[in-house]
Amino acid sequence: MSEHSSHSAASHEHGFAHPMPVPMLLAVFASLIFFTILTVVLNGAVPDFLELPVAMLIATIKALLVMLFFMHMVHDKLFNVFAFLSSVIFLGLFIISTLVDTGVNQPAIKEYRLTTPLVAPVQK
Amino acid sequence: MATVAEPMLAHKHEPEENYLTCSSGFLSWAMTLDHKRIGVMYLFAVTASMLLGGVFALLVRIELLTPDKTLMDHNTYNHMFTLHGAVMVFLFIIPSIPAALGNFILPVMLGAKDVAFPRLNLASFYLWVAGAIFFLMAIAMGSLDTGWTFYTPYSSSVISGSQAGGIVAAVFGAFILGFSSIFTGLNFIVTVHTLRPPGMTWFRMPLFLWALYATSVIQLLATPVLGITLLLLILERTLGIGVFDPALGGDPVLFQHFFWFYSHPAVYIMILPAMGIISELIATFSRRHIFGYRFIAYSSIAIALLGFLVWGHHMFTSGQSPLATVIFSALTFTVSIPSAIKVFNWLATMYKGSISLATPMLYAQSFIFLFTIGGLTGLFLGTLAVDIHLHDTYFVVAHFHYVMMGGTLIAFLGGMYYWWPKITGKMYNELWGAIGCLMVFVGFNLTFFPQFMLGSQGMPRRYYTYLPHFQGYHVISTIGALVLGTGIGVALATLLWSLWTGRKAPANPWGGVTLEWTCSSPPPLANFEKTPTVGDPYDMEQVKWDAKTESWIPRPVSERTGNSASH
Amino acid sequence: MSTATADLAGGHAADGHGAHGHSADGHGADPHGHAHHPFHAHHFDSLEQQFDSGKLGTWLFLVTEILFFSGLFVAYVIYRTTHPEIFEWGHVHLNKYLGAINTAVLIFSSLTMAWAVRAAQLGQKKLLVTMLWITFACAGAFLVVKYFEYSHKFHLGLLPAGMFNPVMAEPVAGHDATGHGDAHAAGGHATGHAADSHDVIHGPPPPPGAGIFFSIYYAMTGLHAIHILGGMALIAWLAVRASKGHFGPTYFGPVDYVGLYWHLVDLIWIYLFPLLYLIH
Ligand SMILES: [Cu+2]
Repeated sequence: MSEHSSHSAASHEHGFAHPMPVPMLLAVFASLIFFTILTVVLNGAVPDFLELPVAMLIATIKALLVMLFFMHMVHDKLFNVFAFLSSVIFLGLFIISTLVDTGVNQPAIKEYRLTTPLVAPVQK
Repeated sequence: MATVAEPMLAHKHEPEENYLTCSSGFLSWAMTLDHKRIGVMYLFAVTASMLLGGVFALLVRIELLTPDKTLMDHNTYNHMFTLHGAVMVFLFIIPSIPAALGNFILPVMLGAKDVAFPRLNLASFYLWVAGAIFFLMAIAMGSLDTGWTFYTPYSSSVISGSQAGGIVAAVFGAFILGFSSIFTGLNFIVTVHTLRPPGMTWFRMPLFLWALYATSVIQLLATPVLGITLLLLILERTLGIGVFDPALGGDPVLFQHFFWFYSHPAVYIMILPAMGIISELIATFSRRHIFGYRFIAYSSIAIALLGFLVWGHHMFTSGQSPLATVIFSALTFTVSIPSAIKVFNWLATMYKGSISLATPMLYAQSFIFLFTIGGLTGLFLGTLAVDIHLHDTYFVVAHFHYVMMGGTLIAFLGGMYYWWPKITGKMYNELWGAIGCLMVFVGFNLTFFPQFMLGSQGMPRRYYTYLPHFQGYHVISTIGALVLGTGIGVALATLLWSLWTGRKAPANPWGGVTLEWTCSSPPPLANFEKTPTVGDPYDMEQVKWDAKTESWIPRPVSERTGNSASH
Repeated sequence: MSTATADLAGGHAADGHGAHGHSADGHGADPHGHAHHPFHAHHFDSLEQQFDSGKLGTWLFLVTEILFFSGLFVAYVIYRTTHPEIFEWGHVHLNKYLGAINTAVLIFSSLTMAWAVRAAQLGQKKLLVTMLWITFACAGAFLVVKYFEYSHKFHLGLLPAGMFNPVMAEPVAGHDATGHGDAHAAGGHATGHAADSHDVIHGPPPPPGAGIFFSIYYAMTGLHAIHILGGMALIAWLAVRASKGHFGPTYFGPVDYVGLYWHLVDLIWIYLFPLLYLIH
């Protein structure tokens, strides 16, 4: 089995597998570990308002590495990639639309809580 | 399997064996991987659920005959309307057309031997059975009276005692049914993508397949959210996670967001396959090429996607923020556009067609009439100012019954009559079929049209009692429900009766030109002896009536006048 | 769900064929797999079509998984926006170093899983079996760490909102929250503290509703852990099949599909880790 990585005629002679080269797998692994260490180190070292964006940016880079190489997206059919990424769109829709509506009920919930005893009292 | 060589029968046109006769015994059904048998099992299961839900409905209607106690006390009444809703939605409507008729028809219509994952298909069926068992357990464990929507905080913290077990069982049942639905949708999408035979391009797919495809997309994207919502509700009840329970600092309105993120799109899980059936019926029984094929196909996808943007219209009076309310109201109106496109295209298809009013077509006509009323009254409810008055009244009840029952149930019956000869190999009695349809139509309108009046005058939904001056409408509604129930009984009995007395069905009794009419009735186990040739699914020129065999047969190419696909 | 994945991945085996004795040869006589491959299901024209179907099905299943988790992410975003104080109080009691170690363990298991897919594609049976069992072991290690994290929190009464009952230290005059809590409150660091300091919580009292943070923490990590368990079952099933020599260049689908699932579990953790452990 050759190590071809494109949809060439050769790939059809040998089936439909696209084995990932070992050095590439190792390189992806090393980058993922690097970014994990980076995000732990940066935790507490960047200004508060940047904390979440930086952590999410690093997580997304890691996610992209996993998707592209470990999950073989670079060799996969376009529709599969599209289908998978559509879930992110709907996740975003769910989060954003619900977020638009939060806050309105909070005063009422707070009042309700103040007038209703907690189920588990907090030990001081 | 299915590779039994039949050299002796080579001269015969029809195979000796079909999917019903190729094997027998309980296990040959219980362990079958054949999509047709699984479809038939679903057909029995969802029809039984419909009858169960219908009994609950009739009990509710009979109770409402008088403002005071007629049959049952108020607690029992609360259980009855909850069970009616939950059974009808989760056990009947959602799986009705996709899982039962879709399972049988989709691969055959597509020209495939089976769905992509036959074992997953069987697993979906057993998940449905497991979900149904949990529902029955809920009834046995003290039942539930939350309404089918399980709103918090009532469902999460108010109910206690004997009913507590019932609600967890019912919620878990719905959770399992959700996965049944997800796996059916997944199976259908993959089947449509990878098992189309040569020549079956996307735009040669019958519109029922487009509708099932769009439905599957919703099942895949929305139902997991129902799963996590119900799981969180179970955790709220058992561990007190406080996400929805205001006593612990949670937000009960958040539950409504979660619930309707699934349940509004689920409305399109219920109606899109129905629309798909209607497209098939209208074309076949008008003997005309469907008008605006691509518009109908794309409108299915558009409805599926737009359906995700409007869920907040269920929460106009729930304390939703004004901004969200306005956005959701505006988006709600956009869904009416693709729905109207379909209706106009059906009407245009019938225009100057040679219409035959066989029973399936009668159901299709009923559908167009009832769905139009249901759709238009939906616009009233999507309008903010009007909804404040109409919210949680009988107007809403009437509206969604016109869509869900006047739409989905009618189309389900229409589809069942249409494909019954294919599924069972028997022709039913047309006269009794028509009588059943007429009773259903009249009974339906008697039941639900008065409810528009009730609602616009302020009668709230789900109430056990009412002001005396509402009684006239309630009496008409209850009488209508009894007529409707009898009509459904007649319709189902007519079909069952045909199993004993029906004439043997030809391969193509209606003159349909989609692929399922090219294989024998009932189809052989592998559907097609050889890979079918695929043409325009609505080119009615491809077949002609043959009086001798009382069936439609392929028209030789030399007899065809032209390309009717140019319509 | 996980059993359904098994169904999806295993659903192609042709009925009535023996499931052994097959060794995958790298260059089958028929490039499109028409011939009698033991795992070629009858309703597919070719092994490639069968593989494409399974692959699409797996991707779609992953879509449903993401949307299944979506509700928890929404709950997280909502409560973090409306009640940031409970996250600031709660995260102190998560040990970010244990979280980071677990992240590394999962990433390593993703590497071995990806390597396993490669081995299956190349027909390297021994390597495949080894890689699968390493992946399995990593999953187990992840759960062991998780077990210690959970039990420590149970001990401190850091439970979901309905049972939230933190064991607070007696307030000592002049000794309030100095610096960052994770230095002494979280488990695993015994240096320089009295033994009993692990059994109680130091620092400020919890703000109202602090239990919701732990509800969300347990819901997210718990559902994730259930997926790990499901993945372990699938990987073990693959390893058994692999040692029977079921996989090779024309039939490696199940390894690939379970691999995708396993990477998704990793992917979700990649987000859970900073969201839960690295709040500041
Ligand atoms: Cu809606």
